[in-house]
Amino acid sequence: MADWFPWGGIFLLGAYHGLNPAMGWLFALALGLQERRRRALLQALVPIAMGHFLAVGAAALVLIALPNVLPLRFVRGGMALILAGFGAYRLVRARHLRWVGLRVGFRDLVVWSTLMASSHGAGLMLSPFLLGPICVVPGLHGSEGFYSAWLVSLRDGIGIVGMHTLGYLLTMALVAWIVYEGGHLALLRHTWVNLDFLWAFALLGTAFLSLLG
Amino acid sequence: MVLWKPDPSFYPSPRLAMQAPPERLAYVATVNPNPDGRPDALAVVDVDPRSPTYGRVVGRVDLPYAGDELHHFGWNACSSALCPYAPHPHVQRRYLILPGLRSSRIYIVDTQPDPRNPRLVRVIEPEVVASRTGYSRPHTVHCGPDGIYLSALGSLEGDGPGGIFVLDHYTFEVLGRWEVDRGPQFLAYDFWWHLGYDVMITSEWGTPRMVENGVDVEALLNGRYGHRLHVWDLRRRRHLQALDLGAEHQMVLELRPAHDPTKAYGFAGVVLSLKDLSASVWLWYRENSAWSVRKVIEIPAEPADPDLLPPILKDFRAVPPLVTDINLSLDDRFLYVSCWGTGELRQYDVSDPFHPRLTGAVRLGGIVSRAPHPKDPARPLNGGPQMVEISRDGRRIYVTNSLYIPWDPIFYPDGIRGWMVKLDAGSDGGLAVDPAFFVEFGDYRPHQVRLEGGDASSDSFCYP
Repeated sequence: MADWFPWGGIFLLGAYHGLNPAMGWLFALALGLQERRRRALLQALVPIAMGHFLAVGAAALVLIALPNVLPLRFVRGGMALILAGFGAYRLVRARHLRWVGLRVGFRDLVVWSTLMASSHGAGLMLSPFLLGPICVVPGLHGSEGFYSAWLVSLRDGIGIVGMHTLGYLLTMALVAWIVYEGGHLALLRHTWVNLDFLWAFALLGTAFLSLLG
Repeated sequence: MVLWKPDPSFYPSPRLAMQAPPERLAYVATVNPNPDGRPDALAVVDVDPRSPTYGRVVGRVDLPYAGDELHHFGWNACSSALCPYAPHPHVQRRYLILPGLRSSRIYIVDTQPDPRNPRLVRVIEPEVVASRTGYSRPHTVHCGPDGIYLSALGSLEGDGPGGIFVLDHYTFEVLGRWEVDRGPQFLAYDFWWHLGYDVMITSEWGTPRMVENGVDVEALLNGRYGHRLHVWDLRRRRHLQALDLGAEHQMVLELRPAHDPTKAYGFAGVVLSLKDLSASVWLWYRENSAWSVRKVIEIPAEPADPDLLPPILKDFRAVPPLVTDINLSLDDRFLYVSCWGTGELRQYDVSDPFHPRLTGAVRLGGIVSRAPHPKDPARPLNGGPQMVEISRDGRRIYVTNSLYIPWDPIFYPDGIRGWMVKLDAGSDGGLAVDPAFFVEFGDYRPHQVRLEGGDASSDSFCYP
């Protein structure tokens, strides 16, 4: 496996999250349109990306920490179960964040984005990269000395979450900007496929992947 | 049911919704005013001019109980499902939520798979509404960004306060009372919102006790019916501001905020002025982050021969216009005003909301005028234009003639024969009655009309 391969995967997963209208770009677009200012759109992207980083980061932290206290096999099995359960739940019950409010500040947007990403299980999807089988750095999945493994894991974890958020932010910014500049609001009617439905399968797929390796 | 693409009747903006295809069906709430055990019904009217059954009732759902008094109703989901903060555009606009204003029962009617033959699928009993919310007499229904919102006139016992409650839009479970802090608000009637400003507006009629036994004349003459608007923080569910129109302006009913979410103004209809029996339309608007209200339309009473007037009006020697409903086209350009007393439907150009311009008017029925429909010019009509609904493209206006069963005979003592008419609106104003469309409901009385795929009072939008 080439070195860039896992990083590309992480970036693309971020891009997939960024593409979902529910995950942020649509909110930024609405704020830009409401204030009739491109700046309002651009300003919203920063806290939305921060919220996503926090949500994914928190999940990653747990995933990195767990193999240090439990056998990796157990953690992978547990994660697979959680992901499969979450995916199955999302398949049978359509639910969405109960949030009302378009007049939002920086902090609101960070909180909203954190909640939105967490409720979609965005961070959990990184588990194949953090727990295997898709290794970013050989030795990430801990077995050497406790502290050094921890630190290496943490460093690479931050890299992984950062790369993921970069893919997310760039995609989000690009889509929001194109729709805003082109006045392509009507596209929503025909191109907004049910990503939440796909999302459930993505979670199930990740569960399966977690069991490998 | 979950869709793969957004429901095709959802539009991000009111501008895009105006390009929607013309409606082919209208759903009409019809009420049996007689205590003879026959239930109210939801009628399905064919409004497709190319159809052989154009202008006829083609379907009907009889409710299982009698005496509900169907009134207003609404969809389970609409364009607000596209709002960016809680999007769920893959639900279907499919179920009609029909509250019984008298019984407080809420019916859920499924318009699929055959929109001409809807089916009753669920009944929410008044005890459930009362125990979960403390409210009864549900009135207005709006599909909100996070659930189905309903207003209610008061408590189970018939007193105030009235308010807002919410249903889950997947399960129709009654979630509870909406208000966290109601401030000075006590009376309730209609509500709607400015989604771009996180603001809800509510209006005032009276408690159930004040309306269910006819007009309480003493309360009316003392100015105790509603005369205020309330502004709420939609997000935090708190009362922000009360806008008092003055006690002489009795019964502030229908609320029509601008559809464009970037515009912070809207129109409210007032039924009656105690000073001179005139009716009025008021504009609420945001200025320097506070809300204000001012009268922008006043419609005077028309002098009349007392012999032609019902007892309640004889001494006044005039017909009050009684503005009981108003509606705003999706481009925020034309405001339609129903004068149920004088039998007039007016069209105003409100491009400049502070200075409405009268651009059209038609007469149908009326307490004194009894103006006929062109389909049968020899027959005087009773009742008058009351509930008014506008097609999404703004070109077709549907009007029904009944107000509220306990109040109808006070103004039309000979009893109202139910009818529904259609008017054609010019693209730059002007109104003409469609001579081919005159639906009669016999001794049933029609109230609110909802159009297939949405109309000018069913959807709210998060994008300009």
